Amino acid sequence: MGEMNVSLCGIELKNPVIPASGTFGYGYEFAELYDINCLGTFSCKGTTREPRFGNPTPRIAECTAGMINAVGLQNPGVDRVIAEELPKLKNCFSGLVMANVSGFSVEDYAYTCERLDREEQVGWLEVNVSCPNVHGGGMSFGTDPASATAVTAAVKAKTKKPVIIKLSPNVTDIVSIAKACEAAGADGISLINTVLGMRIDIRRRRPVIANNMGGFSGPAIFPLALRMVYQVAHAVSIPVIGMGGVTCADDVIEMMLAGATAVEVGAANLVNPYTCRDIVRDLPAAMAKYGITSLSEIIGGVKSWEKT
Amino acid sequence: MKQGIFRITENTPLTKNVFRLTLEGDVSAITAPGQFINIQLDGLFLRRPISVYDISPRTVTVIYKVVGRGTEQLSRMIAGDTLDVLTGLGNGYDTSVSGQRPLLIGGGVGVPPLYYLARCLIAEGKHPTVVMGFNTKDEIFAVDDFRAIGADVTVATADGSFGVRGFVTDALPSDYSYVYTCGPEPMLQAVYRTISTSGQFSFEERMGCGFGACMGCSCKTVTGYKRICKDGPVLRKEEILWEK
Ligand SMILES: Cc1cc2nc3c(=O)[nH]c(=O)nc-3n(C[C@H](O)[C@H](O)[C@H](O)COP(=O)(O)OP(=O)(O)OC[C@H]3O[C@@H](n4cnc5c(N)ncnc54)[C@H](O)[C@@H]3O)c2cc1C
Ligand SMILES: Cc1cc2nc3c(=O)[nH]c(=O)nc-3n(C[C@H](O)[C@H](O)[C@H](O)COP(=O)(O)O)c2cc1C
Ligand code: FES
Repeated sequence: MGEMNVSLCGIELKNPVIPASGTFGYGYEFAELYDINCLGTFSCKGTTREPRFGNPTPRIAECTAGMINAVGLQNPGVDRVIAEELPKLKNCFSGLVMANVSGFSVEDYAYTCERLDREEQVGWLEVNVSCPNVHGGGMSFGTDPASATAVTAAVKAKTKKPVIIKLSPNVTDIVSIAKACEAAGADGISLINTVLGMRIDIRRRRPVIANNMGGFSGPAIFPLALRMVYQVAHAVSIPVIGMGGVTCADDVIEMMLAGATAVEVGAANLVNPYTCRDIVRDLPAAMAKYGITSLSEIIGGVKSWEKT
Repeated sequence: MKQGIFRITENTPLTKNVFRLTLEGDVSAITAPGQFINIQLDGLFLRRPISVYDISPRTVTVIYKVVGRGTEQLSRMIAGDTLDVLTGLGNGYDTSVSGQRPLLIGGGVGVPPLYYLARCLIAEGKHPTVVMGFNTKDEIFAVDDFRAIGADVTVATADGSFGVRGFVTDALPSDYSYVYTCGPEPMLQAVYRTISTSGQFSFEERMGCGFGACMGCSCKTVTGYKRICKDGPVLRKEEILWEK
């Protein structure tokens, strides 16, 4: 059997498969179905400084090969995540988890990361910069290099754990933002978050989602995500986590060839709760089929065509 | 919760656009009336949630209305076809608090979860009264099933073409020990304002997963935030907040 382990920012993972933030809760619902210790790690629901209810419902819309969500970062706040969720999680997952952090100001990010830095269960901080900056006219931190730099630097100053900046695809030049994060000290980049999208209920002539717009994800965005992972992985020298539309072992291999060190799986978990387990199960056969003996050796291994 | 492959044994129209679907497979995850199942359909991304109408040791029956692409596709499936289904979702109704004369109130496709509930209540030696509301005579279904198990049934139609003219709230008896209800939200609100006892209300919300992982279906309650799919769909009257 081939080698599935990879090293993510200095921490060994038994395989590169990671459920994505917001699609795996804190793991309990899935632990009812299978032993989630088969996973490399998983990214917890996005955590903010204060508790949040999130957006009004409907928050979900069906799309061709995907879905839109406008959950709005519902979470109990960092204090309760530490006091209640992490201890409960310990009962179903023994490894290190990835804490996903969101904020609405640079101080929010710094505060939440500082609190999570003290938790030994947390292996990595995945910092979601797709949130609107309340001091910056509501523009997301991830849409300009200067605010992405500010968040990265502020968080790095508060933690010794590896900091992975999670980028929004809703930008014209994702490479410049990734490079800015790297220059500000990021230990890794993960991408992509959801793509801004919309559906309209024709009969009622109203947006399906109460928030009007929401984040589009699922298999439909895989080519877009793969392209961005490819561009970013070729431009930075820190590890990249690829995600967006991954549903099967072949998708994981494709993401890794594009340059991903590890791969997150989001919306697919909601449709088939066994998706991540099945990908881990199917990877050895897929590797054998393509003559891959070690997954870590194929990272960035795509042989691009020479441009003429 | 369990995931399983189910074989269709019947998919029959009850009215112009309401169908009864029976699926054969492992139903052991279904533990209470008022729970729902989540059905995967070819070519559609999200599953479709439908309440349990009835179960037997090897089958689960649901009643659904054709309203869009998913239910339309489902209506064209035939006996022998298979479906990937998540079963045993949601909290379901708690029958232990019903008293001897529970009142069951259903509107349209909110009626289905009340059937297995009525069967459970009768099995516990209680005497349920069922009030069902439909728009018009042609849309009525399931009445005979309820009568066959010995429930006392009253039907109301909005246009007066059958039974009591008006809404379910125009047809409520005066004497009952507890209320169980499911139906469109305006009906639930009317029931909430009208009933004189406590009760349990079943809600609908657009769902991502249906098993508690995505926070797509959250609502505010007196006792905090709840996921309709996991902490619901049934809420106790005392915990309901109507504001969105
Ligand atoms: C807990 C629960 C129990 C239900 N039980 C029943 C039942 O017993 N019988 C029945 O006929 N219907 C029931 N419904 C409603 C049923 O889920 C929808 O009618 C169905 O999903 C419509 O799918 P569609 O593809 O035909 O419609 P479309 O409008 O094309 O669906 C588009 C998307 O919206 C969602 N959606 C549309 N209408 C609803 C709705 N009313 N509630 C939730 N999601 C919706 C769909 O699931 C899908 O994701 C229930 C809903 C919930 C949440
Ligand atoms: C319901 C839902 C909730 C999400 N919540 C978060 C979140 O809290 N934080 C975050 O960084 N990303 C969140 N995401 C984005 C995913 O982690 C992922 O980046 C995106 O969905 C793309 O992957 P996919 O196509 O596999 O879903 C969420 C996605 C979905 C579908
Ligand atoms: S639908 Fe996903 S949590 Fe309820």
